[in-house]
Amino acid sequence: MKLTSVKLLLLNLKKNKLKFSVTVTLKKDVLDPQGKVVQNTLKNLGMRDLSNVRQGKYFEIDLSIDDQDKAEKKVDEMCKKLLANLIIEDYKISKI
Amino acid sequence: MNSSVIIFPGSNCDRDIAVALEKMQFKNQMVWHKDTKLPKSDLIVIPGGFSYGDYLRSGAIAGKSLIINEVIKAANDGCLILGICNGFQILTETGLLKGALLRNKNLKFINKNVNIKVINNKSNFTNKYKANQILDINIAHNEGNYFTNKDHLKKLIQENLIAFKYCDKNGNINDDNNPNGSIENIAGIFNEKKNILGMMPHPERMVDNMISNSDGINLFSSLMN
Repeated sequence: MKLTSVKLLLLNLKKNKLKFSVTVTLKKDVLDPQGKVVQNTLKNLGMRDLSNVRQGKYFEIDLSIDDQDKAEKKVDEMCKKLLANLIIEDYKISKI
Repeated sequence: MNSSVIIFPGSNCDRDIAVALEKMQFKNQMVWHKDTKLPKSDLIVIPGGFSYGDYLRSGAIAGKSLIINEVIKAANDGCLILGICNGFQILTETGLLKGALLRNKNLKFINKNVNIKVINNKSNFTNKYKANQILDINIAHNEGNYFTNKDHLKKLIQENLIAFKYCDKNGNINDDNNPNGSIENIAGIFNEKKNILGMMPHPERMVDNMISNSDGINLFSSLMN
């Protein structure tokens, strides 16, 4: 009995393991004034080899489904419906 | 005329617009964002403020609220929709108006009176203004920098869908009198059918000479017309 419950626990842990990160950034042709200010400040700090800084948003998303394809599709849907505004922003999904 | 003002957590111009509408003889009702039915309305106003604390993007969360589905249905049936400031941001997030409102170019919250020019006075919202009339009107926003893609901008110009542009007191439109970096100095736009107006300036703050001026009155009397 004990052994099966440990197995079940492990199985459940595995099931809940699908975790994704989403990075949302402004599209290339959209001005990013915050990124520019950060860039200028880094330059003032002596970071000479700096050519560009773009600022963005970062999300970590845990899913309770175990099918990776389905999970990725779900996260993609989340990005399209809410996390990113596709008129001004791009997004990138990675599994973590 | 029946009007409805939608309230979200964080709306803060809802009372101002209600006062302005009632002063202009609208029969107004306030509608909470969790409601799923709209009262019979000829005009729906999405007021200014900071719905949901501007979380994620200004207007993004409000743009997915329950009542918005009803607003979209009403808009598609031809109901007049006015979005002011955060209301404009919400309308772009719902897709009822195209484009987006980005952070002000100078990264600062701007609260001041500016001049805007009436670019199109042939609409339900602007017919009481003269063409090219210059208004003195308040703006108060952090994300008012209107952006849209080239094709849509072309369409806005060709189909005369720009309602207002930022200008100086003589009506000159250039970078020096663009407070927030908006493309083409745009302060307000219509949708294709011109039953939806989104604008960053606050006409509801300009309806009483005691506290400001009366440059906003004609927007409401146009609607009554």
